[in-house]
Amino acid sequence: MSGDLYQDRLLELAAAATGAGRLEDPDVTVRLDNPMCGDRITLDVKLADGKVAEVAHETRACLLCQAAASVIGAHAIGLDAAHLAEIRAGVEALLRDGESETLAWHDLDAFAPVHGHPSRYSCVLLPLDALAQAFEEIGAS
Amino acid sequence: VTFDPLKIRKEFPLLRPDRDGRRIIYLDNAATAQVPEAVLAAVAHHERSSRANVHRGVYRLAEAATRAYENARDVIAGYVNAATREEIVFTSGATASLNLVAHSLGETLQAGDEVLISELEHHSNIVPWQLLRDRRGITLKALPATPDGRIDLDALDRLVNRNTKLIAVTHVSNVTGAVTDVARVVAAARSVGARVLLDGAQAAPHGPLDVQDLDVDFYALTGHKMYGPNGIGVLWARREILETMPPFLGGGEMIRSVTIAQTEFAPPPARFEAGTPPIANAVGLAAAAIWIEDKDTDEAHAHLDRLTGRLLDGLAVLGNRGVRVVGPLDTQGRYATASFDIEGVHPHDVCQLLDARNLCLRGGHHCAQPLMEAMGVTGTSRASLAFYSSDEDIDLLLNGIEDVARKFGSAGK
Repeated sequence: MSGDLYQDRLLELAAAATGAGRLEDPDVTVRLDNPMCGDRITLDVKLADGKVAEVAHETRACLLCQAAASVIGAHAIGLDAAHLAEIRAGVEALLRDGESETLAWHDLDAFAPVHGHPSRYSCVLLPLDALAQAFEEIGAS
Repeated sequence: VTFDPLKIRKEFPLLRPDRDGRRIIYLDNAATAQVPEAVLAAVAHHERSSRANVHRGVYRLAEAATRAYENARDVIAGYVNAATREEIVFTSGATASLNLVAHSLGETLQAGDEVLISELEHHSNIVPWQLLRDRRGITLKALPATPDGRIDLDALDRLVNRNTKLIAVTHVSNVTGAVTDVARVVAAARSVGARVLLDGAQAAPHGPLDVQDLDVDFYALTGHKMYGPNGIGVLWARREILETMPPFLGGGEMIRSVTIAQTEFAPPPARFEAGTPPIANAVGLAAAAIWIEDKDTDEAHAHLDRLTGRLLDGLAVLGNRGVRVVGPLDTQGRYATASFDIEGVHPHDVCQLLDARNLCLRGGHHCAQPLMEAMGVTGTSRASLAFYSSDEDIDLLLNGIEDVARKFGSAGK
């Protein structure tokens, strides 16, 4: 049932918009689109010793993507690329199976109801993918 | 009144209420329409009684398959009022039809030649021309959108010149429902000797067409939007043009003779139908065309105009809740598709929340990102109607939209 998706925790995460905005002098800026629906996130990241030191996002997207971006804004400080990959795998498992034992952050539980809606998985994953791309771009440079 | 949408709806198995009396309210017809029993039966009958490959076998079953496939060509030729049956090329869909022209006609274009499209186009009528531009060095230009979501034909004077070889535009917008004034496009094209292609994916479901009266050169349509199967589409083109066009795909069926050194190609339409065609789907498309022709399309159009007006009036009332129509605000020169925006609610969320009420709508950019850009939106929610749409469907939709706007919208907060 689609109405089940929009539970209070998810709405609160989206409304909190933690980390919303832009950084003045980011090490890297990633703009990522969801080709399915036109969701777009612009992610500014500053790194120190291979870990996220500062992060900000401008998210023009649905509630699910906004909520996921908010989680990134709240928890990404101190994250390195390997840890992000683990977290993404945990979120993917949560979306695929409806539950996951490897969720690093409690807030990620809020996305469990998305399990029944495969067309929305990419909305949740977009901010995580943007951060992964930021690590890649910095690594490449 | 002989046109009865509720009676028509009963012909669609998927739209019938379940045991608990619940039904889906299907308003995504611009993406794919549902299929009536008559079409399902025609496809099943063909597969059960006449399944074989076409054009080659001499046994009676193969003859029956060929007859069914070629009969489908006759039916579609009638549906679009083609001058001859050889002008009907079966493809896998409108996208394939457009790519066929971009590749085949495109081979005859040179650097400096211009193709003119519009900001209203579906990506399928943009990307093939960009690819052609990159292959052949042609120049690609686009007519802008008007603020109310139509093609700005006033720009024809500025954008059409003696280098223009083709104007390729949509007949009806898949986002705003706006109907293109084809006569103006044709007049501009003819003034410089350019050809005209219409993307008719959204127009063809409306009822029989008259490509001769439209006076265009190419017309692309697809089956799954006109109550037919998917995987089948049509390119209509003037015979004399098809005869000058090189093949696009090579393979069986499209040849006259083949040696290891070279191939002599078959005349149209076979030249453009490489490989085993979607035979049963063609039979289904013909059944869909007959099903549409069997309706009183004047009454159907009047019905859909009235429903569109009801929807637009309702959306206007919801303006106080941040609901805004993206596209023409009235029923003049538009078909039964309407896009809208709810302030503060992403179209994906709108459509997901409406799904909880069994309302099926599409949200997003509708494969028309340049139009979204031109209209200043990231996406829209879109209701697109069909012959089986009813007053109750519109009222349920408006109730749903009001509820979403009230609970999730930002207007008045």
